[in-house]
Amino acid sequence: MSPDTESAAAPTREHRNIYQPIPMTVADRRDETADVRTLRLEFPGDAERTRFFEAYRVGQFGLYGMPGQGECVFCVASPPTRTDAIECTFRQAGRVTAALRDREVGQRITFRGPYGNHFPIEQWKGKNLLFVAGGIALPPLRAVIWNILDRRDEFGKVAILYGARTVADLVYKHELAEWDARDNVDLVQTVDPGGETDDWRGKIGFVPAVLEEVAPKPADTIALVCGPPIMIKFTLPVLAKLGFPAADTYTTLENRMKCGVGKCGRCNVGHLYVCKDGPVFTVEQLKAMPHADM
Amino acid sequence: MKILDASKLSDLADTLAGAGYRVVVPVQDGDRVRYAEWSPGATIRTDAFPVNSAKDFLFPRSEVIDRYQLDGDDFTPLEVRPPAPRTVLLAVRPCDAASLAMLDTIFNWDYEDDLYNARRAATTVVPLVCTRADAQCFCTSVGGAPDSSAGADALLHPADGGSRLILEPLTDKGKALVEAAGGALADGKAAPDAPADVPARFDPDKVRAWLADNFEADLWDLLSYACLGCGACAYACPTCHCFDMQDEATRTESVRLRNWDSCGFALFTKHAGGHNPRPDQAARWRNRVMHKFSYIPERFDLVGCTGCGRCARLCPAGMAMLEACTRIEEEARKAPAHES
Ligand code: FES
Repeated sequence: MSPDTESAAAPTREHRNIYQPIPMTVADRRDETADVRTLRLEFPGDAERTRFFEAYRVGQFGLYGMPGQGECVFCVASPPTRTDAIECTFRQAGRVTAALRDREVGQRITFRGPYGNHFPIEQWKGKNLLFVAGGIALPPLRAVIWNILDRRDEFGKVAILYGARTVADLVYKHELAEWDARDNVDLVQTVDPGGETDDWRGKIGFVPAVLEEVAPKPADTIALVCGPPIMIKFTLPVLAKLGFPAADTYTTLENRMKCGVGKCGRCNVGHLYVCKDGPVFTVEQLKAMPHADM
Repeated sequence: MKILDASKLSDLADTLAGAGYRVVVPVQDGDRVRYAEWSPGATIRTDAFPVNSAKDFLFPRSEVIDRYQLDGDDFTPLEVRPPAPRTVLLAVRPCDAASLAMLDTIFNWDYEDDLYNARRAATTVVPLVCTRADAQCFCTSVGGAPDSSAGADALLHPADGGSRLILEPLTDKGKALVEAAGGALADGKAAPDAPADVPARFDPDKVRAWLADNFEADLWDLLSYACLGCGACAYACPTCHCFDMQDEATRTESVRLRNWDSCGFALFTKHAGGHNPRPDQAARWRNRVMHKFSYIPERFDLVGCTGCGRCARLCPAGMAMLEACTRIEEEARKAPAHES
């Protein structure tokens, strides 16, 4: 095959190539726990930044990568109300996350997105919100929380229950303190029994049990739940028992992804593409899915 | 009517190659027949079923989709120029032409894949009507036909008892091809031969209705028992489009490759944390059947299978999609579900 035949018709950098990311500069990095890091990423220019924020809705994800290593899927952990940069928070679990973790301030990574669906927060105006998060799964909800707090007057009461195995495993500690100090946010933190420290002032207990104890009334309230599968498994029945309707309870799904744009065929759960129809689903949708596929 | 002697198909290939086309034809390759780029001296074989599908030339097995120069801790994006040569798929099977509707849809249903689209736009599709079919052919069960013009820019009809071919242009690309063929085609008359008789073997709507209710059926174990997870079916399949993205790098340059993949492989859905939502071959084979006969019909109103039978001809364990579908239909008849 001669590569140059009619190459004028082929896509180049000037043409559109949906698999080509843009370079982003690491503007800041923070260690959340021993193996969880947050990167703050700046866009290469105003055009890219504007294009991103015109499209971005909270709950969407991106592919973060290093040339030569590959790409990884994480949610965008910062809200669309903060438009100078984006943040992502991830646990080091393999080669790509190791490479991303090693980036220093001023160095670059690649980014594609935003992809997927989003939390329908415009439909939630005037409603109360209950956030339930476990461990490393706070980032997607953190983006929603800041989105709501940046537009605080448009929403009702905000309650947050966040739990982790140990105090050391809690992410975004500064922000937890900030939410705790606000009188228009009701934050409850908990750690698993044995995970507390001497000066721990939060609860001790598993998220589902603490939820049962502290949950607000379900009336006019949207519930958002993100956490490890085991936490989700035991939390959803509690929410149902407390009277939160499955259609008003939201979560996000993770599956292996490569393309992020509905082509590579890797992320489906039944006939749904997590990269296109998700990552945000209601519990009602979840119940209709073939569970063996998740 | 444009006609040529059936024995002169290679002259037509030569002429089109001379006119600047990359000519893809079924040729003898060792003891097999496969679609390959025409080169003078090759033997064109239209009497045997090619092992590969025509998708190889629109969605190659491996291709560079991104490139970088690596400079220590930084990188510079490099130009990516996937080749999109003017191509004719000549004397391919009607089921190959029919499969393009599926690929066109997947690569464009939301985000548009311009790498694929550039090659597709540069491709003229000229299937040859099948006058013979084998036991694995079931195009008529999935909306196709041995003389289907779906996806075709021009159609080749065997005529006069196989001694001649009629070339019937159907689109502007087809007309341009006839033009480019010039003297390799003659004006004349020939009587088209009857297409192959391919009896319909099952109803895909019945299969789809059963699939919707039977994700957990015991039948999956039985159907998938022989599966080795080798992925040969996916590689041969004209509609399988799953791919992996992999980086390869030297110290100074990296490329991102798109490589064919298969939901039949054990690692396909395995998470970094070790969890695999499709932990056994039954779950993986079920996904293959579900994807083609339930998920794709549901989302795109297409059947994700063209009935070409390649997967069955190639399977080292003797598994066949046709057999799975007829077995499922049988099951549906036994326990009539609420038909939708
Ligand atoms: S990640 Fe490729 S199809 Fe969803």
